[in-house]
Amino acid sequence: MLGFAQLFASRLVKAAAILIAIVVMNFFLVHAAPGDPAMVMAGEAGAADEKFVAQLRQQFGLDRPIYEQLGTYVGKVVQGDLGYSYRQQRPVWDILAERLPATLVLTLTAFVLALAAGVALGTLAAVAVGTWADSAITVIALLAYATPIYWIGLMLSLLFSIQLGWLPAFGYETVGAGYTGLAHAADVAAHLVLPVITLALFYMAGYARLTRASMLEVRSLDFVKTAKAKGLPQRRIVTRHVLRNAILPVITVAGIQAGQLVGGSILIETVFAWPGIGRLAFEAVLQRDYQVLLGIFLVTSVMVILFNILTDILYGLVDPRIQVSQ
Amino acid sequence: MTRRLSGIPASVQRGFRRGVHRAAAAGLLAASLAIPGTAALVAAPAMAQETPVRGGVLNSIVQPEPPTLMLGLNQQGPTQTVAGKIYQGLLTYDRKLNPLPSLAESWTVSPDGLTYTFKLYQNVKWHDGQPFTAKDVVFSTSKFLMEVHPRARAVFSRCESITALDDHTVEFKLKEPFPAFIQAFEVSSAPIVPAHLYEGTDYRANPANNTPIGTGPFKLKEWVKGSYIQLVRNEDYYKKDLPYLDGITFRVIPDAASRSLALESGQVQQTQYSDLEPFEVPRMKTLPNVTMTTDGYEFVAPLSWLEINHRVKPLDDKRFRKAIAYAIDRKFIRDKIWFGLGRVPTGPINSVVKFYDPKVTTYEPNIDKAKALLDEMGLKPDGKGVRATVKLMPMPYGETWTRLGEYLKQALGKVGISVVLESTDAAGWAQRVANWDYEITTNFLYQYGDPALGVARTYISSNIRKGVLFTNTMGYSNPKVDELFAQASQENDPAKRQEEYSEVQRILSDDLPVVWLLEMEFPTFLDKRVKNANKTAIGVNDTYEDVWLSK
Repeated sequence: MLGFAQLFASRLVKAAAILIAIVVMNFFLVHAAPGDPAMVMAGEAGAADEKFVAQLRQQFGLDRPIYEQLGTYVGKVVQGDLGYSYRQQRPVWDILAERLPATLVLTLTAFVLALAAGVALGTLAAVAVGTWADSAITVIALLAYATPIYWIGLMLSLLFSIQLGWLPAFGYETVGAGYTGLAHAADVAAHLVLPVITLALFYMAGYARLTRASMLEVRSLDFVKTAKAKGLPQRRIVTRHVLRNAILPVITVAGIQAGQLVGGSILIETVFAWPGIGRLAFEAVLQRDYQVLLGIFLVTSVMVILFNILTDILYGLVDPRIQVSQ
Repeated sequence: MTRRLSGIPASVQRGFRRGVHRAAAAGLLAASLAIPGTAALVAAPAMAQETPVRGGVLNSIVQPEPPTLMLGLNQQGPTQTVAGKIYQGLLTYDRKLNPLPSLAESWTVSPDGLTYTFKLYQNVKWHDGQPFTAKDVVFSTSKFLMEVHPRARAVFSRCESITALDDHTVEFKLKEPFPAFIQAFEVSSAPIVPAHLYEGTDYRANPANNTPIGTGPFKLKEWVKGSYIQLVRNEDYYKKDLPYLDGITFRVIPDAASRSLALESGQVQQTQYSDLEPFEVPRMKTLPNVTMTTDGYEFVAPLSWLEINHRVKPLDDKRFRKAIAYAIDRKFIRDKIWFGLGRVPTGPINSVVKFYDPKVTTYEPNIDKAKALLDEMGLKPDGKGVRATVKLMPMPYGETWTRLGEYLKQALGKVGISVVLESTDAAGWAQRVANWDYEITTNFLYQYGDPALGVARTYISSNIRKGVLFTNTMGYSNPKVDELFAQASQENDPAKRQEEYSEVQRILSDDLPVVWLLEMEFPTFLDKRVKNANKTAIGVNDTYEDVWLSK
């Protein structure tokens, strides 16, 4: 147990160092792109003069030397202040906090659904390998993996919203409906169905293929033969022996993807007009809204690091043979 | 996070719409007739057949989502469409660009063209209940806009003095005659902002920017970033019984295909500007529930062109620019790339803008003429048939501009001009064009109702200013052109002004500082139940005070 605590502590220290490096690198990365927010706003206004751009640059602090800007930014981040978006005239943290719930409800639902369905389908395919069920699952997984995600989204919305009229085509909730409590939850859930299915299909395909391949590999190992020879029931062999050993690569991949969830999905959020972080990031890039962009990068980095640590812990729980190596 | 709304349920809204009696509605009509601003509009024969009813919410699209709705600080297209319902200017303009009342009830111009006097409507209140007076107009035009609004700064710096003669009269005295002055009071050109909230503050950092307070018929109720902007009826609007609508909701729909679906499924009743991709327009036009019009963009009157950097050889030679003009087929561009939206231009002034003159040098597609001009310049084809290589950076404003870039590469290739396409995003494009770091790009500018306001800026040599967008970025310079634009901008006699503008159009069409491509038209789609919308030269950006929804 001491080993575990040590590991955790040393990982956290490393994580902090990585974070600082990420912040600095991101800062230079976003400033390396040509153009700045003042230029973008001048372009949008359809008219400009020297004063207009100069005033904006001064307000955004862009007239200061870049190292001074970096110093100011890092100083603020260390104190937990993500800065201020002059374009939106609001603190970055407020902007992110407003978008995060929408993103999380979308990506977490899709992730859980994808993971559950993917592992189940993969297991089914592996157990029934070579049969029509296996072929069907493999084909579906391949299709879902290869088809562009935005196209699936548009087709689903064409079918279920325009043709059948069952589900709303886009948005987070019914505007102006004034629902509260359960009615509000149901309203959001209805809006959630299509984007979640679209996003989940893609991830599900990956997990299903991975689970199937991994299970087939484990199934041919000696300890499975031993279990069979012992006369254990098939169900027990599949769940306790094969799946438990086969699930490790799935956890690895899921751990990496889970960290990215908070970054949202630009395509899904765009097609379904979902007010999440992915779209915010995309728009911030186009608008050179440096502070918002850096804020999103930071939050995403923190999540990736946290999920990596969590994944490591999970390994140990699923497979106690994995020990902490010093 | 507050996502929930306390709005009116849709069913109640529908009931409300049905519940208004015809008699009451007729009364509203009579009342509205008493208002000069709306009289002409209501009297139009098509409108007289139907009686406006109160109630209902109009749904539209806002795309891209604006950074702020404080119109004085941001004049991006979507900001104008939404904030044009919240803020007002002194004037609005009819389709022929003649002034109509908005916050100003009437106005006079002195014969020497130096004094403009505006009489303001009485009983106008800001959305926070404070009275609107001449003080607000003086503050807006002499202080606020002078500080933050580049276009207004250029116009109002021509004023000797701006004075409130009394609470409801404002007098602008000009240093020199500037007849285009009367075109400068449209809501995005000179939005009137509340002095009591802004005077003596840091305008850009004022917290009031997040809760815009205007005088318009609609107030901001809620803005959920990334989702929608909800405007509600201003119950204290100074025109009795107006507006008819209970509210207008603008939805943020970032994907172009989803925007088409929204209109198709009736979830929005209006789209404007570039909401729909041009290639969707022919299909959407056939929908039974909507009508399409390209009217309502006369004030902006966009003109697009190939912007050519005269600092780069051989682009400085007008024979080369003419060869480009002969090499491209502008009808093809209009019909195949913009799917029929727009008009083939003849010169620097959009044909819907005042002082347009079609009697100029024009360039019909003619490959032989193009080749002859290049031969004359000594640009002979090499082994691969290439006479010259130029870099073209298409405007990064969507699919259509990319296709235009591809077409231009093909068309110019046919006469031996090899085109290297460069790609960039909006920020990079703005940076490079403003700093003259390009060879050829596509661009379009709005003309704002008068050549002195929206045309001269592109061609006069005093406007060659590095680092500033929408100036004479080509570096074109012709003293005669400078002189004519200067004279015309101060000429009170419209006939003489026409002569000067006609001459400058003739010179420019021969010098060809840029190659004009298209007088752009935007499609406005309106659900057939939406009445009275889109009647002025500023179209969808107008107040919508008398727009109503039929059952």
